[in-house]
Amino acid sequence: MGKGVAITGMGIVSSIGMSVEENLQSLLSNRNGISRIQNIETIHRDSIKVGEIKKSNDQLIAQLSLPDSNNYTRTALLGALAAKQAIQDAAITDVNEFRTGLISSTSVGGMDKTEKYFYEYFDQEDIQKYIPSHDAGDSSEKIADYLGLKGYVSTISTACSSAANAIMMGAKLIKAGRLDRVIVGGTDALCKFTINGFNTLMILSDTDCQPFDNERKGLNLGEAAAYLVLESDEIIAQQNKKVLAYVAGYGNANDAFHQTASSETGEGAFLAMEKAFHVADLTPSQIDYVNVHGTATPNNDLSEGRAMIRVFGDQTPDFSSTKAFTGHTLAAAAAIEAVYSILALQNNLVYANLNFKTPMQEFDLTPQTEIKKKDIQYVLSNSFGFGGNCSTLIFSKA
Amino acid sequence: MKQKVYINGIGAVTAQGIWRDELFEEAQEITNNISYALQPGYKELIAPAMIRRMSKGIKMGIYASQQALNDAEIEQPDAIITGTGLGCLEDSEKFLKAIIANEEQFLTPTNFIQSTHNTVGAQIALRLGCKGYNFTYVNGAVSFESALLDASLQIETKEAATILVGGMDELADHTVSLLKLIDQVKADDIQQAVKESTTTGVNTAEGAVFFTLSNASTKNTKAVVHAVDIRNVVHEEELAGWVHQFLAANNVVAASIDAVILGRNGDVQFDGYYDQMGKVFAQAAHIYYKHISGEYDTASAFGMAAAVYIIDKQDIPENICWNSIRPNEIKTTLVYNQYRGRDHSLILLQHVESS
Repeated sequence: MGKGVAITGMGIVSSIGMSVEENLQSLLSNRNGISRIQNIETIHRDSIKVGEIKKSNDQLIAQLSLPDSNNYTRTALLGALAAKQAIQDAAITDVNEFRTGLISSTSVGGMDKTEKYFYEYFDQEDIQKYIPSHDAGDSSEKIADYLGLKGYVSTISTACSSAANAIMMGAKLIKAGRLDRVIVGGTDALCKFTINGFNTLMILSDTDCQPFDNERKGLNLGEAAAYLVLESDEIIAQQNKKVLAYVAGYGNANDAFHQTASSETGEGAFLAMEKAFHVADLTPSQIDYVNVHGTATPNNDLSEGRAMIRVFGDQTPDFSSTKAFTGHTLAAAAAIEAVYSILALQNNLVYANLNFKTPMQEFDLTPQTEIKKKDIQYVLSNSFGFGGNCSTLIFSKA
Repeated sequence: MKQKVYINGIGAVTAQGIWRDELFEEAQEITNNISYALQPGYKELIAPAMIRRMSKGIKMGIYASQQALNDAEIEQPDAIITGTGLGCLEDSEKFLKAIIANEEQFLTPTNFIQSTHNTVGAQIALRLGCKGYNFTYVNGAVSFESALLDASLQIETKEAATILVGGMDELADHTVSLLKLIDQVKADDIQQAVKESTTTGVNTAEGAVFFTLSNASTKNTKAVVHAVDIRNVVHEEELAGWVHQFLAANNVVAASIDAVILGRNGDVQFDGYYDQMGKVFAQAAHIYYKHISGEYDTASAFGMAAAVYIIDKQDIPENICWNSIRPNEIKTTLVYNQYRGRDHSLILLQHVESS
């Protein structure tokens, strides 16, 4: 199979930038996107910090040139922006030229509109257009329509590992020759539903989150969307296309421990990483940088750290969590971090794990705290979600 | 030679009760706009404290998946792949209502924890202690087909030997009342079955249907999944071209299709797609099933169960026949579904001996 599945385009909108270039500049200058929430009315405003995109829906609608009659939710708006960038980056002019698919992912779908209009729908006919946009698949359908894509369109929702699974499935469909080209990634908007949900679990931080720090208090929620374009070797050869990086390996496993908590031994994470090494035909010592899931919740970082020690022994590569930049963008997180992994390969970078001060007492793992330049051939990216869902992706240099 | 994908087990919780040989014979035609699934006893499968806490969707998923495993005589699958259009709606609604009613205060996490779309797949894995691959697809009417495509690909590429794959959707009151507002669900005073419908909207329902897929044929094998295809948009005039292309790509001629299983749901605005598909297969038996399952995002999994049943039993129950054609042998069937002109899917199934 060679190097893996070729990535020819990427697009991203997050709280640290509305393009790939803006995201890279923020990462290079340690500029985070964590702030107080503005776009949502919530009583938790002053007690949490979030990675919010400071653009209103109207601004996003204008940027996409959508008609006033549109019924895009914020999740769909963010997704359409990022997916469009990815298509342009891959220099695709006719999206239906080959057998093309879209595999998106989301956890909230159209919840932003549902929570706003839940009871108002009954009295106000003009907002009823948003009723059918509640379901998660609607955001993917909107993105496909916006791109003019006709073909295989699907959506994955496995909580915070969703986008990793979309990338995985896309790579498998290309490998198996089922599709020639596939746009993969995820999108999630901030909403009261998730803010309150995570708040009841008492895992939201009132300050900038501190992944892998002994004093970490929890996560910052965020919103973002990112997509990659994966293409078959035939198209690459035929069109002499530039390859940004490759999806070299992937693995998904279930922790089968608890609906929301990760096991202390990091079993699911360990199994996901092992599978990814097997698919990539690589050994752990070949990994130059690990973009950890690193949500900064007490439970995740302990479980993930233990899993890393099981995989890497005392030779853990340079690692960092970029969630202190963007917040935890839930279903989109793995797509955001896939873009960062590709940028790490292209620019030979290890990003800083912001806000880290004190190593965790349970093990001897210290993340990279300053941005570092070094040769990078392989990046491993982890994403874990509720329901014990654990996913690992390995990216390799073009 | 291509690795075949055998269907070795079926399980379901539906508006007609649990999966059983007599289901079709005993089925009552639905004329109500809302039909709840007939809930089985869960005591043998789930601890009493959990029964109370778990939503209907999770319980239906657990029951259907265990029935499918038992039917195939499999204890532990290599992977669990679930499709759900609207996920765990009941918990989502409860949590959202509490947020609004209490202005974001005094909330407890249980409903939020269970509201995640992958809760059913996760709870099945947790119960079985299954650490394998676990995906949940959430794309409206192709949620189940997305799961099936993933599962068959994994069997064909030898990534997995046995896979539990299924679909689950549950009804929740508030969502149904919203769908009535926009005429996607028929009004309360309309009592029309699928065949006699003169109105837009559907008779909505809920259910869970699971299959055990395997790389090996056993005495329990009922049929073979030959191919699956999904399209977000197909116009009525493009339908014939698409299906012919699909069949050709899978080395099947249209004349060899013995029965087409059509997802007619009685929405007069969109059932024209099924008329078009029927015309492509004028020589075949036309089967319909949503008059007994009701319509929901993953109802097509019940359609596939009907297709598997008629291949396995070599018998088409009278009450699911749409036309009068009765083939002598049922070797190949095609399941076609769409919802509101979008999310089109084709599932090609074959008899184990003729596959």
